[in-house]
Amino acid sequence: MDLLINGKTFQLSAGGDTPLLWVLRDHLGMTGTKFGCGMALCGACTVHVDGKAIRACVVSVSSLAGKKITTIEGIGETAPGEALQQAWVALNVPQCGYCQAGQIMSAAALLASSSQPTDLDIDAAMAGNICRCGTYPRIRAAIKRAALRMPKLDLVEGAK
Amino acid sequence: MTMIASPSRREFLVNLKALGGLVLVASVSDLVKAEEKYGADGMPHGWSDNPLIFVAIGGDGTVTIVVHRSEMGQGVRTGMPLIVADELEADWSRVRVTQAPADEEKYGNQDTDGSRSTRHFFEPMRRCGAAARTMLEQAAAQVWNVPVAQVHAANHAVIHAASGRKLDYGALAQRAAKLPVPARDSLRLKSPAQFLYIGKGETPLADGWDIATGKAQYGIDSVADGMLFAVIARSPTLGGKIASVDSTEAEKIPGVVKVMRLQANAQKATFQPLAGVGVIASDTWVAIKGRNALKIQWDEGPNGSYDSSSYRAELEHAARQPGKVLRSSGDFDGALSKASRKIQAEYYLPHIAHATMEPPAALARIVDGRCEVWAPTQAPQVTREDVALHLGISPENVTVHVTLLGGGFGRKSKPDFAIEAALLSREMGGKPVKVVWTREDDLHHDFFHTVSVEHLEAGLDAQGKVVAWMHRSVAPSIAATFGPDPKHEAPFEVGMGLINLPYKIDNLRIENPEATSHTRVGWFRSVSNIPHAFAVQSFIAELAAAANRDHRDFLLELLGPQRLIDPTAMGDSWNHGESPKRYPVDTARLRRVIEVATREARWGRKMPKGSGLGLAAHYSFVSYTAAVVEVTVNEKGEIEIPSVDVAFDCGPQVNPERVRSQLEGAVIMGLSLALTGEITFRRGHVQQDNFNSYRVMRMNEAPRDIRVHLLPTSDWSIPLGGAGEPGVPPIAPALCNAIFAASGKRIRQIPIKDQLRRV
Repeated sequence: MDLLINGKTFQLSAGGDTPLLWVLRDHLGMTGTKFGCGMALCGACTVHVDGKAIRACVVSVSSLAGKKITTIEGIGETAPGEALQQAWVALNVPQCGYCQAGQIMSAAALLASSSQPTDLDIDAAMAGNICRCGTYPRIRAAIKRAALRMPKLDLVEGAK
Repeated sequence: MTMIASPSRREFLVNLKALGGLVLVASVSDLVKAEEKYGADGMPHGWSDNPLIFVAIGGDGTVTIVVHRSEMGQGVRTGMPLIVADELEADWSRVRVTQAPADEEKYGNQDTDGSRSTRHFFEPMRRCGAAARTMLEQAAAQVWNVPVAQVHAANHAVIHAASGRKLDYGALAQRAAKLPVPARDSLRLKSPAQFLYIGKGETPLADGWDIATGKAQYGIDSVADGMLFAVIARSPTLGGKIASVDSTEAEKIPGVVKVMRLQANAQKATFQPLAGVGVIASDTWVAIKGRNALKIQWDEGPNGSYDSSSYRAELEHAARQPGKVLRSSGDFDGALSKASRKIQAEYYLPHIAHATMEPPAALARIVDGRCEVWAPTQAPQVTREDVALHLGISPENVTVHVTLLGGGFGRKSKPDFAIEAALLSREMGGKPVKVVWTREDDLHHDFFHTVSVEHLEAGLDAQGKVVAWMHRSVAPSIAATFGPDPKHEAPFEVGMGLINLPYKIDNLRIENPEATSHTRVGWFRSVSNIPHAFAVQSFIAELAAAANRDHRDFLLELLGPQRLIDPTAMGDSWNHGESPKRYPVDTARLRRVIEVATREARWGRKMPKGSGLGLAAHYSFVSYTAAVVEVTVNEKGEIEIPSVDVAFDCGPQVNPERVRSQLEGAVIMGLSLALTGEITFRRGHVQQDNFNSYRVMRMNEAPRDIRVHLLPTSDWSIPLGGAGEPGVPPIAPALCNAIFAASGKRIRQIPIKDQLRRV
């Protein structure tokens, strides 16, 4: 089967039961998506499937045929992703940095659905992403900064 | 057999000497005592300030600065090069940072632990930059044929003001590199007023953009052509052996390449791998599936009965009997018998796990008898030497590439995972093999933070003044990981807030009864300061409450008059490896952080019902920290932590921005261990498997407002203190003191978990 990742098609060589995480990391050399727990408990492996944040460590590749996968390597092509990456750098968010790709992916899904998130929105969207270094206050600040600086597109997402 | 005997000796000398284990083992104590060296001089391989080693300048003027310490989030890949760049007068936008491989003879000590990279290398790195700048100035003077005194370096160029001539560093690099390195005492260092980057905190992170875009390379991201992937089933107990392995089913799984045994020397832990069964496969997932299919019987050995609840009872029993006296002044027993009130309390702190977000992982390959390792290691040279030892080759034939570390906190000072990768690669004829630890592996087989019972007794006189103080600390020692179990805390452990109690108490006794180690105990960020500070700072708050005094006022009064305390006068022979003359304990600095933290937190303000402020202060890693935690405890006993104020004095700050971030992170880590951090053993096995049973703080639980107050100083003659660790120790006691203020409930056992829950 084929996988559509960051707008490119990749032919799959791993078994269908293989979690997307290990296909990305071990087969495709896309190591920006991190392994942290293997049980969807820490968020280090967060990617987007059809725009939704999911944990790549528990999603078998066989379930992803025809779906659009976006990873940290591709999120900078989106408006929220770019704004978040710039905010992360401007506020010196990372310490060790290992969890930050997953943090940015969760935050990007949040900003895609909620352009001006409240603190509670941020808590809800980010509670699944652990940062052992304790960069949470800066992550919160960076999400708010990115939200303010994101290009205001046609925000016709009144549903939220 | 000498091959097996020598690692422990090397580890003794390198690791324990570095930590001040001066009298740990009789056979090496004389050797170690002979050298009374402090700071970087006292570390294995000392330091280097050679610009030819640390600085390279290209023809285009790009300045490449080598970082020889490991980056694990503390900011060393930004902080160390900016020191060099400052003295070098380099334009930071034209500076590139590169990571040194393991080679201490070349770079000086590389152990990235003990909160000492900056304080040990600030002066050498300044000299390194100044020497390089001087060589560029000399080269320009030669080109123009003018006296060197007429030229000066500024903003990446050398200028001859008299003639208005100017040459970029790129144009001078080749000529400068051929000049002799100027003598140390001839170097002209900047005055602090001239600093461009030092002390400013405006330098962007060296790896910021790479991290934000997923390009940053950690150990677990290492790749090599033809690489295989491995996971290992390890003995659940220290000293356990494989009784039998049935790998039939595992070997049937497509992609499983090989199943192999790893033996271990059962006598002591050291940094060697635990006994285990390795599964080598075509990808990590297949390796994990292969491991799941193994049928292994373990001979669990003498630690197979280790049980946290019965061990706690043992520690409590020991803590209630007299133990080895570490420090005694005045007459504790006499003063206690005459005291108006006697107070006693006992505190328990369990094992905790580092749980670095990047679990241990390493890649190794062997070509023509030479081994290459890629590892997220805090101890590059130890990794190199231990890999060499286990392969039976010389360290010169081992190259350790130091990657970024996805968290360290002391776990990655122990290179067992890198040795595993090398042994597996050898088994595969030298093919590259990457070993990945799952989270379960990480939590089951950590080098755990110690477990302890802290027993305190005090007497108050009629005015509520402390007239007698006794502290018994019982905890297995890290030293047991490296040799015969000393059963007592080592000098570097008692020197972390136990023996070096800086309060003005006339009748004082500090004891350390015996404790036996049953697992791999290792350094965890701020180490023994965690239990010692928790006990001392909780107990002082308890005494203040008993005396019906304001906690801050009581604490400041106990601190006593302003004085510089010689650590050796308190029996602390270690002093974090620093000279007792250069680094005395300054009670005025401790007082100041207490005053600043309480002022900024508006201590004394009226709090609503169910809310409270809690204070704690601690001296560690030659720095001073005070914290005030604000807490709310609701009717169900649920805790919220809206804000934390931390005041911090580490002397002058090279990169205040990263110091600030270290303190922010230390608050989260301290709260996390206080609320939920606990590893327990039952029948020798760790009971926690992943982040569902070993909980760490998440964003929705973290304080929204962490205010770090760095004590400013413009006096660069004050010696630098550590910054990575000293933020952690006061957090847990400040939280528990706040809970007492909010709810009247005194927490004496960490973690808090559901102790406050009202059903």
